[in-house]
Amino acid sequence: MKYSIFSLARAALSGHKNWQSTWRDAAPKDRYDVIIIGGGGHGLATAWFLASEFGIRNVAVLEKGWIGSGNAGRNTTIIRSNYGLPGNTRFYELSMKLWERMEQDLNYNAMVSQRGVLNLYHSDAQRDAFARRGNTMRINGIDAELLDQAALRKMLPFLNFENARFPIQGGLLQRRGGTARHDAVVWGYAHAASGLGVDIIQNCEVTGFVRDANGKVTGVETSRGKIGASKVGMAVAGSSSRVAAMAGLRLPIESHVLQAFVSEAIKPLIPGVMTFGAGHFYVSQSDKGGLVFGGDIDGYNSYAQRGNLPVVEDVCEGGMALIPMIGRVRLLRQWGGIMDMSMDGTPIIDKSPVDGLYINAGWCYGGFKATPGSGLVFAHLLARDESHKEAARFRLDRFQRGAMIDEKGQGAQPNLH
Amino acid sequence: MRIICPFCGERELGEFTYLGDAKPQRPAADAGEDAVYDYVYLRDNIAGVMSEHWYHGGGCRAWLKVTRNTLTHEISAVEPTAGAGAAKVGA
Repeated sequence: MKYSIFSLARAALSGHKNWQSTWRDAAPKDRYDVIIIGGGGHGLATAWFLASEFGIRNVAVLEKGWIGSGNAGRNTTIIRSNYGLPGNTRFYELSMKLWERMEQDLNYNAMVSQRGVLNLYHSDAQRDAFARRGNTMRINGIDAELLDQAALRKMLPFLNFENARFPIQGGLLQRRGGTARHDAVVWGYAHAASGLGVDIIQNCEVTGFVRDANGKVTGVETSRGKIGASKVGMAVAGSSSRVAAMAGLRLPIESHVLQAFVSEAIKPLIPGVMTFGAGHFYVSQSDKGGLVFGGDIDGYNSYAQRGNLPVVEDVCEGGMALIPMIGRVRLLRQWGGIMDMSMDGTPIIDKSPVDGLYINAGWCYGGFKATPGSGLVFAHLLARDESHKEAARFRLDRFQRGAMIDEKGQGAQPNLH
Repeated sequence: MRIICPFCGERELGEFTYLGDAKPQRPAADAGEDAVYDYVYLRDNIAGVMSEHWYHGGGCRAWLKVTRNTLTHEISAVEPTAGAGAAKVGA
């Protein structure tokens, strides 16, 4: 169905009892042109771009639980394109441009809100690094503004500017950045993809790959039976290593737990997204009023989808250092998601060494903002068998070639990215 | 998650720093690029029981080998790594 003011009026007149399902819950067919493993944002976006952009509609998205039950529903909903390294800068801007038209493209309200993303700096050296990143962005046609302390005091008078250890000197602002409603992104892609004939199959866990005599992947074994496919793409975030292992592959990835937090609802306080530059803390305020925030990953390998207290303390300390008054706000909920931390902090979107199997992985904890861009370039790879030009550096063999894209400069230590 | 250090007793997680999987072994100097690539970049990324290196920086400053289930965070064994200072003197 198509959503509009008329569909809303019609449904209102019948007491909202006649809404149809947003998307179609399908049962598996014997065979598809393309199977996407993983019904999160990236998997569903890939399916939608395959159908809408590349004309491949005989597509299935297989999800072991319910769609959006993994990291798509566990992140802090931030969207931005303020990256500094070649390979990242233009890819994330491609994604940002897709966010700006997503709701029209999908006919679905994803509550995309360009309320601005502000990275604070606390030293001269950090200001110089931010100025450089801002210049890189502007050279690539992306908006960036370097603000000094006086400008910030007008915008955000409640920040702890005079912090003795980490005084706030200024910030790098991307006004086009912001937030989006993460669940609605999942439902929106499901709605649009399903409308173009994509089968979304839930409670269907992939348990193995079907291979022919030459080793080519020709389908998947699942908890709902064998399903054939010409091509199989995986977009399974923290489970990337486990799925790849079924095809005999080892990846340059470790799975780590990242926690996120939401406070009780308060009146409007935080105007956009803010990040603390002297620790790791990022915060925005949801439309319901809760402060949504997070920080570092816990730092040890985990598949448990829950974290431990030292990071809770560290994140809350970061918040207190930045905005002392939030010490009066009570924490409402906290949860964990499993991140596929790559060895350079950058994703991998590439053909795998196994014929017929394609990899979309290694998003670390930056996957949400990349959802539309990731879907487009992965669909391009699956449809055309070659990388999209804006994702040409996200190759699996870059570690062997010494062509890492290490935005944070931490080296091959995934728990530090 | 709390770790029972063989030297200091049960301590909270914040005292420890994580290195990672204890399985990869540094290849010989003449082992070739593929072996180094494998050592530096590739991981088994085990979902289940894994042997890993932790450093007790907030206590005895010994490197420990911890056997831990990555699905549940349950720790089944903690021992000093071979060559750790305290292990050498048989503490």
